[in-house]
Amino acid sequence: MIAEAGLAALWLAAALCGLQLVFGVMALRSDGSGAVSAIRPVAIVQGLLTLFSFAMLVWLFLRTDLSVELVAANSHSAKPWLYKFSGTWGNHEGSMLLWVAILALSGSLVAMFESRLKERTLTATLAAQAAIGIGFYAFLIFASNPFARLSPAAPEGRGLNPLLQDPGLAFHPPTLYVGYVGLSIAFSFAVGALLTRDVGPTFARAMRPWVLASWIFLTIGIAAGSYWAYYELGWGGWWFWDPVENASLMPWLAATALLHSVTVLATRDALRAWTIMLAVVAFSMSMLGTFLVRSGVLTSVHAFAVDPQRGTFILGLLILYIGGALALYAMRVGTVREGSQFEFVSREGALVANNLLLSAILGIVLIGTLYPLGVEAVTGEQLSVGPPYFNATAGPLALLLVAAMAIGPLLRWRRDQWRNVMGRISLPVLVAALALMGLVLLTSPIGILPMLGLILAAGVAAASIAPLWKRNLRRTPMFVYGMVIAHLGIAVSMAGMAFESAFSEEVLVAASPGETHEVGPYAVTFDGTRPVAGANWTAVEGGLTVQRGEGEAFVLTPQSRMFSSPQTETNEAAIRTAWNGQLYTVLGSSDGAGRSQLRLWWKPFVTLIWLGALLIALGGLLSLIGRVRRERRTMEREAWA
Amino acid sequence: MRAKHQRLTLAIIAIVAVVAAGFLALFGLRDNAALFRTPAEISAEPVPAGQAFRLGGMVAQGSIEELPDGVSIRFLVQDAEAQVPVVYAGITPDLFAENSGVVAEGALDANGVFVADHILAKHDENYMPPELADVDLVGDPRQ
Repeated sequence: MIAEAGLAALWLAAALCGLQLVFGVMALRSDGSGAVSAIRPVAIVQGLLTLFSFAMLVWLFLRTDLSVELVAANSHSAKPWLYKFSGTWGNHEGSMLLWVAILALSGSLVAMFESRLKERTLTATLAAQAAIGIGFYAFLIFASNPFARLSPAAPEGRGLNPLLQDPGLAFHPPTLYVGYVGLSIAFSFAVGALLTRDVGPTFARAMRPWVLASWIFLTIGIAAGSYWAYYELGWGGWWFWDPVENASLMPWLAATALLHSVTVLATRDALRAWTIMLAVVAFSMSMLGTFLVRSGVLTSVHAFAVDPQRGTFILGLLILYIGGALALYAMRVGTVREGSQFEFVSREGALVANNLLLSAILGIVLIGTLYPLGVEAVTGEQLSVGPPYFNATAGPLALLLVAAMAIGPLLRWRRDQWRNVMGRISLPVLVAALALMGLVLLTSPIGILPMLGLILAAGVAAASIAPLWKRNLRRTPMFVYGMVIAHLGIAVSMAGMAFESAFSEEVLVAASPGETHEVGPYAVTFDGTRPVAGANWTAVEGGLTVQRGEGEAFVLTPQSRMFSSPQTETNEAAIRTAWNGQLYTVLGSSDGAGRSQLRLWWKPFVTLIWLGALLIALGGLLSLIGRVRRERRTMEREAWA
Repeated sequence: MRAKHQRLTLAIIAIVAVVAAGFLALFGLRDNAALFRTPAEISAEPVPAGQAFRLGGMVAQGSIEELPDGVSIRFLVQDAEAQVPVVYAGITPDLFAENSGVVAEGALDANGVFVADHILAKHDENYMPPELADVDLVGDPRQ
């Protein structure tokens, strides 16, 4: 009955979504005030129903109800409960239900809390949100029903891929999805504003918190995904330029650009058409990501052709929504009034540079991700585009972007003088020069990209704090702190990446028990291996006694795990974090003579990469809180007056 | 007039940026897109020694041997028609095993042995190295 309840709720929600769309259209056609007042409750109930439906699926997974096809195919009764829980979205159907639930819930949130927008624009926004929703409901119900029954019930489930049995991965997809789908709101806002010709600072101030919130989730989701890949896959890298990773990076790049242009629109009433365009692009990238990951097209263009239903369905939705929005944009962009003027040397100018660079990087990542698919579709030739391409093309642009980011906040709005700007950026430039001297004098030569990265990181760190200079720190608005911290986070992250790629040390040995090997500041002694067992796995565990200088010795135990259902082997790296880096150890296979393969890495300051990402997200959060509080105060003042 | 002028300049800058990015992407792709080859394709049309490419196929049953240095392995990658010997120094990824698919990055040496820099790890159950999906693997357990 639980499955049926879940499915019924889903159908009801879909019906309400249709109703929401109809109400929206009615309200926009005439001034049917009945439809306007009904649309908010409809959106709210729709969100609650999808939440209920998702909760039912979670329940089925927690109970391991093997009469449900999805549970039988993706879960197992012997699995720890956390992974039964996260198994709900560790598969195609469940993750799509989560996607739709977040989509509908974000629509509810808008209906509940949005009070800045004009009623008509809000109605149009909710109608646009319903238009997105209806397609994805159809996809879910007709092409990926998560509640399908299995008769007779399976005796036992097939289990969850062991690589996914990790606390990090349990919560990484939902975080990312909130970010992805949150951008649907920006999209709907843009469509709504185009429909009612209401593009302006008020609209931008209403849209900004939603963009900020989804951007924060995207940032955390990407960082978590990167850290998960780093410690779970045992390969010691933190970014692979894998299409799956790119699928999440592209919306982030677009959302970052949008975040900055929407600020220009909100404060200076410029970049109107461009901001609308970015909102369309940002959500398009989310949908493209969903398409890439969910259609089978990444496995192969042929795999897509073999099981075309799902892929074609999402591709159809993608074309419909992006095409529709672009057509609407083309028709209405002429009616978007021009905003204010600005000089090129100004805060606006720097933000335009930021937007162009982000867009260029986005384009490069997009081309690199789609190119192999295109080539395969046209010629059948298979090729792969990997780190060498992305590093060579996106890397230099990213450094330029970071340089623009350092200067931007030091410029005045509207117009500024180069001479004054020079004065303001002299301190960051000095810091960067000192960093350069330090690198040249104190370390061995390193590659050009890491070198530039470290120098820029130092300069940017100084430049990002500079806006606080000579300010009354207690009266500085919270969103200024947000910007400072987020930009500082970029510097921290970049320093981590540069340190890691410039100064990592790697040792690969076949170690006999008792042998000691040195890596970085550590001496690692191999004590041999022993068998261990967990709830649903057995493992060979290596014992490593590690000594750092005169410090106290400690033990690391990397494992090589065997899971029984499904039968898989995984590596569990053992990692020791110190203030200045991480010791990363992986145990490989053993030979007959008692030797075991060991891979040891010393990765100086690698944790700065994710620490920086957290700072970026924290900066976003402070901005969000600061903006929302200020908005509320303004509105209270207006209400009094 | 000034407004129009500024918009025009911005548009030109944007177009130049987009075109430049496009060229950058094209040059990057020309230099860095690695080809994918199967053993059958290599036997039909040899790849010059030292040229980087990706080799994909199945790890032949019983072919994995450890080399005396203790950290390198040697194995055969095969498909329905041919075999290529591969050497790799390092810890193999989690899902590397005999009779299962593999993609290796590297180049052939003068003796026709493929020296792998990387053996690709599988990301999750839905994401296999893309190229393997339609390689004709003998005795592939997935079929």
